[in-house]
Amino acid sequence: MNKSSFFPVMLVAFAIIVVWYSFTVVMNLPWEKSVAERSGTTPSTMTMIRNTLQQERPVLPAPHQVVTEVINTTFKKKVTSKRSLVYHAGITLSSSMLGFFMGTVLGIVLAVAIVYNEALNKSLMPWIIASQTIPILAIAPMIIVVLNAIGVQGLLPKAFISMYLSFFPVVVGMVKGLNSPDRSYLDLMRTYHASAAQTFFKLRLPTSLPYLFTSMKIAVATSLVGAIVAELPTGAVAGLGARLLAGSYYGQTIQIWSALVVASIIAATLVMLVGIIGDWVNRRMGLAQSTPSGAH
Amino acid sequence: MASANPEIIHRALEKGAVTAVRYRFMERLLLVGAGVFGLLSLVTEGRLLLGLCLALLSVSAYRSIKHSRLLTAALTGLGSLFTAYVLLSFVDAVDNPAQGFWFQVIASWLLAWMCVEQLAAIKTLSRIYATALNILIPVLFGVWLLILWELLTRGFNVPQVLLPAPSLIAERFVESPHILWADFQQTFLKAVLIGYALGCGAGFIIAILIDRSPFLQRGLLPIGNLVSALPIVGVAPIMVMWFGFDWPSKAAVVIIMTFFPMLVNTVAGLSAAGAMQHDLMKTYAAGYWQSLFKLRLPEALPFIFNALKINSTLAMIGAIVAEFFGTPTVGMGFRISTEVGRMNVDMVWAEIAVAAVAGSLFYGAIALTERVFTFWHPSNRS
Repeated sequence: MNKSSFFPVMLVAFAIIVVWYSFTVVMNLPWEKSVAERSGTTPSTMTMIRNTLQQERPVLPAPHQVVTEVINTTFKKKVTSKRSLVYHAGITLSSSMLGFFMGTVLGIVLAVAIVYNEALNKSLMPWIIASQTIPILAIAPMIIVVLNAIGVQGLLPKAFISMYLSFFPVVVGMVKGLNSPDRSYLDLMRTYHASAAQTFFKLRLPTSLPYLFTSMKIAVATSLVGAIVAELPTGAVAGLGARLLAGSYYGQTIQIWSALVVASIIAATLVMLVGIIGDWVNRRMGLAQSTPSGAH
Repeated sequence: MASANPEIIHRALEKGAVTAVRYRFMERLLLVGAGVFGLLSLVTEGRLLLGLCLALLSVSAYRSIKHSRLLTAALTGLGSLFTAYVLLSFVDAVDNPAQGFWFQVIASWLLAWMCVEQLAAIKTLSRIYATALNILIPVLFGVWLLILWELLTRGFNVPQVLLPAPSLIAERFVESPHILWADFQQTFLKAVLIGYALGCGAGFIIAILIDRSPFLQRGLLPIGNLVSALPIVGVAPIMVMWFGFDWPSKAAVVIIMTFFPMLVNTVAGLSAAGAMQHDLMKTYAAGYWQSLFKLRLPEALPFIFNALKINSTLAMIGAIVAEFFGTPTVGMGFRISTEVGRMNVDMVWAEIAVAAVAGSLFYGAIALTERVFTFWHPSNRS
């Protein structure tokens, strides 16, 4: 975000909050009306509107309710407590990070194999692309249950789903990146009589880094989605996904929204972190100008 | 000997010496491997016919490389498929398939790899021939994946709960078309398609509206980009609460998931036209709508189709995941989560096969439409 867009972004964000509040009033008003009807009182419209913003289980919680809930469950609870969002976020984050790491490594290895072997490029690449048209999250519950049946529990099954989701952008971006050096650079390496390993480490790998970081930004976001969805079928034990599921069972809308907000904050932070690391690495390697915009 | 051959030197210069030499090495490795494993199965098991066949096949394939890659590919490909067929037919006859069996599996798999390796190395200028190869290679790869899956699950007696063999899944698929069709109707034809159309449509229209205001553009784009990275599937429980258990709540999730990628991509696409092109439109005295329809929208098409493709996957995911939070007793997500609970894993896989086919066809249809509409784009004119 540059300076010129700061003001517009703030204004749009403000507009969103205003719209949110008005929706809160509109969507929660029927409930207030029915409460008033049952108790036989006729409160003024202003009172009812004020009440819509502080219901116990609103249809749509007001922003300040969500913020209060997030603050209550993050800063005012012990980190180890089952009611602390930090605890749940930590569980989700650890499995998504493990999955992201495995996915990135797998993606890079596959990309190198694909770039160096024409047969793999022609046979495997179409399937890798096809694999993403499959709604893989659909088999998340099965992977969890099946791995559970053979005794694999805890982080690994969830990390596996994160890995599946995050390896794809890395493969595609890395293949593009490893193939990005100019023909003339490759020729230059040949005139130096560089070995295949030298060409890889001194030419192909450095030029592929900007692509790698761009795709890692996508991968880190999807790995978090994978971890959250993977927690849904485990029977709501712990994690942000479990909070979502428990909230939907008991109609705790504020809990759902606060879990969502925390998940969003984590996702945004992760994407930003990868972006910052990527920028730093690119600058160190003198590649700052050639950062591709979207290696997808 | 090979290095003295002028033809080989010429080819090596043509495509880079390193690649040429490695290919030869790879070929040798694969064929020697196939031959050795064929002989091993002959020694350990006494499978005279198959073992000998495999060994002979690899020797003859080795001789034929110099003459024609296509011939080698045909030889190894047909040979490997034939042995795979034989192996499949007696995988159940043996109680506990012995070493020799697995040696043959490895040998025929290496031959298949060799076939792919040969097909991929064929250089051709003919369009049709190249397209045929580009289709044949992944198909062979997929077929072999299925063969290995079948052989491994049946050969090692993998419990059906863990991983059913493809043949069992296919059987289940054929047995229960009614359930699968009902689920497909509920999830794909209702939730996915309606949500996708509304979400993409809304994203497109909003993008065109905010395109006229640079202020809104600068304000909405960073937020749209941010939201695209967020775990939006999380709104599924909220949508289920608001819109009930039936398909409208799933469609709502799909709308939210598909809206932002479409918005961001369309806005980016609308600014893709260059200054020169804008100037040209100005010299024609073209109005806003004229330059929108004749220049900027066509220029934006690659971006829009990119969003449509991304969204096709997102829509399937959104609809299926939303069903985990509550559905009527029909739907792909519902079926998957209940059949997993009952340990009917073959039904789950059949459902996944439906999802995979539907997802790929959906994506393929969009990709095809893209080729029709953006035939002028450099990426389609290679």
